[in-house]
Amino acid sequence: MMKWVFAGLIFFSLVFGVIGGDVAAVSDAALSEAANAVTLCLTLCGVICLWSGIMRVAQMSGLVEVLAKAFKPVLIRLFKGINPNGKAIGYIVLNITANLLGLGNASTPFGIAAMRELEKEESTGESASNNMVIFVVINTASLQLIPTTAAAIRLKHGSAAPMEILPAVWICSLAAVIVAVTMAKILSVKSGKPGKKVQK
Amino acid sequence: MNVSDFAVPVIFIFVLIYALCKKTDVFAEFTKGVKEGLHTVYDIFPALFALVLSVGMFRASGGLALISGLLAPVTSFLGFPSEVAPLVIMRPFSGSGSVAIFESVLGETGADSFAGRVASVILGSSETTFYVIAVYFAATKVRKTRHALPAALAGDVTLLILSGLVVRLLFYSRG
Repeated sequence: MMKWVFAGLIFFSLVFGVIGGDVAAVSDAALSEAANAVTLCLTLCGVICLWSGIMRVAQMSGLVEVLAKAFKPVLIRLFKGINPNGKAIGYIVLNITANLLGLGNASTPFGIAAMRELEKEESTGESASNNMVIFVVINTASLQLIPTTAAAIRLKHGSAAPMEILPAVWICSLAAVIVAVTMAKILSVKSGKPGKKVQK
Repeated sequence: MNVSDFAVPVIFIFVLIYALCKKTDVFAEFTKGVKEGLHTVYDIFPALFALVLSVGMFRASGGLALISGLLAPVTSFLGFPSEVAPLVIMRPFSGSGSVAIFESVLGETGADSFAGRVASVILGSSETTFYVIAVYFAATKVRKTRHALPAALAGDVTLLILSGLVVRLLFYSRG
């Protein structure tokens, strides 16, 4: 997929450059953007190192597990019929806690483990179970306390207050998660029981 | 002074105090984390480089402005800036791609403009939806994802509509 995005962007920038009569701008951009890519990476490098440093401390001190335990009673209500002491819910809360703290490296392995455990717990064959869908949808809606990447790039572009977007980000992501989970609940009724073959 | 000024320092202090109470070697673990961070950057650099380069060339050719212009009727209907349209298109598919477009949007409009703020909110509160669905279900035997995609997209559309509204409400409604 990405090969088409990459090649397409470059191909069309040449086409538009020729049509617009400004191929020089495209050529200049190739060189200046190559340099800009390095600057951008260095900007992100700072914030990524800072964040993964502090979050490694959070993980190693056991803070992530403590927070996960605190979130469990709330999260367990979303997953109907899940084994409250099973491995699946354990990985689910760890994944969501890691997401919330911006531990990108840790959250995906927890998420994959959670999917495998959900599959074992409520095997529905080839089609997804309701709880799987709810879990995946919570992940696609992205709950993150501190949007570090966005803040770092805002700083690079001279923002007076890179973190000023926090309240807006919290409101929007919370609303998105609520809508996504609600839709998942509503649609689960309409799309029939999992496990049964979908009739065409 | 508001909540956003406190969020980061409070998290840092809280984590450090908790870790010290639990007798964690905070310096050793912090530096190990920094090293992991370096590896992350090392891993994302090639894709980010390729996309910043190609998005930058595409912008210089007028391509991004063309897409924004074509979608202007839709974006103005939803009440958010047309410069953000390319970011919205890229966001569900590619993380590096959306960072590259975000960088380009901020370069054009500035970070503290209306478009810059809306773009920040969209990047900060969304995920690469299609990628996440693919990776998570790939770990199982599931081939029919049922209503996962429609429900996920409902969340994304909610964010899209809300981003312009909320930014307007929080930043531009005083006075």
